[in-house]
Amino acid sequence: MDNLSYYIQQLLTGVSVGGQYALIAIGYTMVYGILRLINFAHGDIFMAAGFFMVYASASLPLYISIPLVLLLTVILGVSVERIAYKPLRQAPRMSIMISAIGVSYLLQNFATYYTGGLPRSYPTIPFISEIITIGTVTTSWITLLTPVLTLALVIGLVALIKYTKMGMAMRAVSKDFETAQLMGIKINNIISITFIIGSFLAGVGSILFFTKYPTVLPTIGAMPGLKAFVAAVFGGIGSIPGAVVGAFVIGICENIIKAMGYTTFSDAFTFVLLILVLIVRPSGLFGEKSTEKV
Amino acid sequence: MAKDNEKIIQQNMLKPDGLNPKVKYSIAAVLLALLLLGIWWLEQILPPSSIIFTVLKKGAIYSLIAVSLNLLNGFTGLFSLGQAGFMLIGAYTYAVLTIPPESRAAVYMYYDGGIIDFALPVPVAMLLAGCLAGLCGFLIGLPVLRLKSDYLAIATLGFAEIIRAIVQYDKLGPITNASNLLRSFPVFRSTLFPFIVAGLCIAVICLLINSSYGRAFKAIRDDEIAAEAMGINLFAHKEMALVTSAFFAGIGGALLAMFQMMVQARAFTSAMTYEILLIVVIGGIGSITGSIIASFLFIACSEWWLRFLDEVQIINGFQLPFMRSGFRMVVFSIIIMFVVLFYRKGIMGTKEFSIDGIYKFFRRLFTGEGKKPKEQKGGGAA
Repeated sequence: MDNLSYYIQQLLTGVSVGGQYALIAIGYTMVYGILRLINFAHGDIFMAAGFFMVYASASLPLYISIPLVLLLTVILGVSVERIAYKPLRQAPRMSIMISAIGVSYLLQNFATYYTGGLPRSYPTIPFISEIITIGTVTTSWITLLTPVLTLALVIGLVALIKYTKMGMAMRAVSKDFETAQLMGIKINNIISITFIIGSFLAGVGSILFFTKYPTVLPTIGAMPGLKAFVAAVFGGIGSIPGAVVGAFVIGICENIIKAMGYTTFSDAFTFVLLILVLIVRPSGLFGEKSTEKV
Repeated sequence: MAKDNEKIIQQNMLKPDGLNPKVKYSIAAVLLALLLLGIWWLEQILPPSSIIFTVLKKGAIYSLIAVSLNLLNGFTGLFSLGQAGFMLIGAYTYAVLTIPPESRAAVYMYYDGGIIDFALPVPVAMLLAGCLAGLCGFLIGLPVLRLKSDYLAIATLGFAEIIRAIVQYDKLGPITNASNLLRSFPVFRSTLFPFIVAGLCIAVICLLINSSYGRAFKAIRDDEIAAEAMGINLFAHKEMALVTSAFFAGIGGALLAMFQMMVQARAFTSAMTYEILLIVVIGGIGSITGSIIASFLFIACSEWWLRFLDEVQIINGFQLPFMRSGFRMVVFSIIIMFVVLFYRKGIMGTKEFSIDGIYKFFRRLFTGEGKKPKEQKGGGAA
């Protein structure tokens, strides 16, 4: 019985971690859908959101600092796009990817410089970090709240993309960049909106993530970032429901592996999964097949 | 008109613009000998702890690794991010196989001295380091080389992470010492050693690039479908480029282990690959000499010239703002971003630094003759 509740607890943690990955993965998948770019800096934007919270909550009450953090994260995400990706729009894809790696390098180095490289402890947000006990299972509110919040945000986002004019424009841009431009869609605005949504969700994800693992480090963004990217590939890059499903699968599997005592391999598992997916079904679970044209 | 052109072409063929190859090679040999002599001389007059030697050693090692990555990214057009993984394999293979049996008990203190009780000679171990990395490159190439650009990047990055996890696995402790560091293996003292090893390896890569295989690599980079239509076996050539690159990255990893005098899997993160990739970008994707120049510049800046940014500087009682630990890397990454955004070709673009080029440059400078070939052609046609 004890064993069972242990596994249920791990499963719940997995679902919660999956929800956090999902929020990050959406940023990857949307940017990839539109720009065909792996935004390597996305994980570092997630890290920056963590530091914003550390500094904002030091002097401001929570009901101001949380919106402020989200706003700053969005501004950071959009400025990265404007400064580092926009000038390279006509360049080969490899150049933009290198630019993304450069931004990631810059953000990490800047965070190390600004914070002195020391780990900072994340502020506790009351209520959601409280512990609750259901039957024999002990968990915190955050574990239960994360998947619910994630699903709510995702449903909202899918509705936005499906039913609004802006969403239609986004779909058009991701289908065909040039034609969409000819149809009078302002590409740059759409790209900015994509980055706004992606960074906003990364900000929410960071609040949930760091409430659970309350240490912020300059290099902490890399691993969740890569895992979220794998989730996006697993679900079929460009597809939002795919990214969410992929993120939950990865989150749950990772925690099962940890529960079985193979913690060293919990990170490696993600990449094994990636390579397997790419061999068996390169377009992912929900991805569209693309044919190569000469 | 047509005859005129033909004549010009013939003349150009008879009188090549550059130097006689024999002269060229002897100049190159003399320059290389001078370089090695110069280093040897520096070692005689400077204390061995001088920062110059750190820069030279690390620069030579990074040159080899950057060139090996450039072979993939710049010459074959495969965007690979697995270099840290191959380096890790090389470094560990070398370290595990060369630790003398008498020091094993101290190194493998948590694993009863490990299960290997012999030590191989250094050259054999280095070759094996390269071969094992190459073998891993071959194996990982089988699934991932079918992927296109960004997927390939992520899959190779993932491969490097998998390797890192496997090496740190507890059950492999008797061989790899798990997450503890490996040390006490033979290291080099002279700066000449990494220069000669890296130089030889880079020479082999140059020969490969200038061979028919190298031309096939470039064809794949420029247009895969056209290359395939010309009868180039895409998969075989990509696999070959990957294995070669992995082999030399493995040797580079072994050299790095020797340079650091210890090796720990934790250091071989994706950040290391990014650094090497940025070196390749700064030097020019597709230029071997560019990668070499950029490696030395990168190492010199990060280890030496920009060091002062990390220290608090006080001039006339006024403390300069921003200067404290970590500022160097910020300045450094801003410079890199500038190169990436505004100077995308890097230092050398796809050109190579060659004796021919310098000769032509000076001839243009002093005699004014033989200006740009384009103008010559225009003049001839008129």
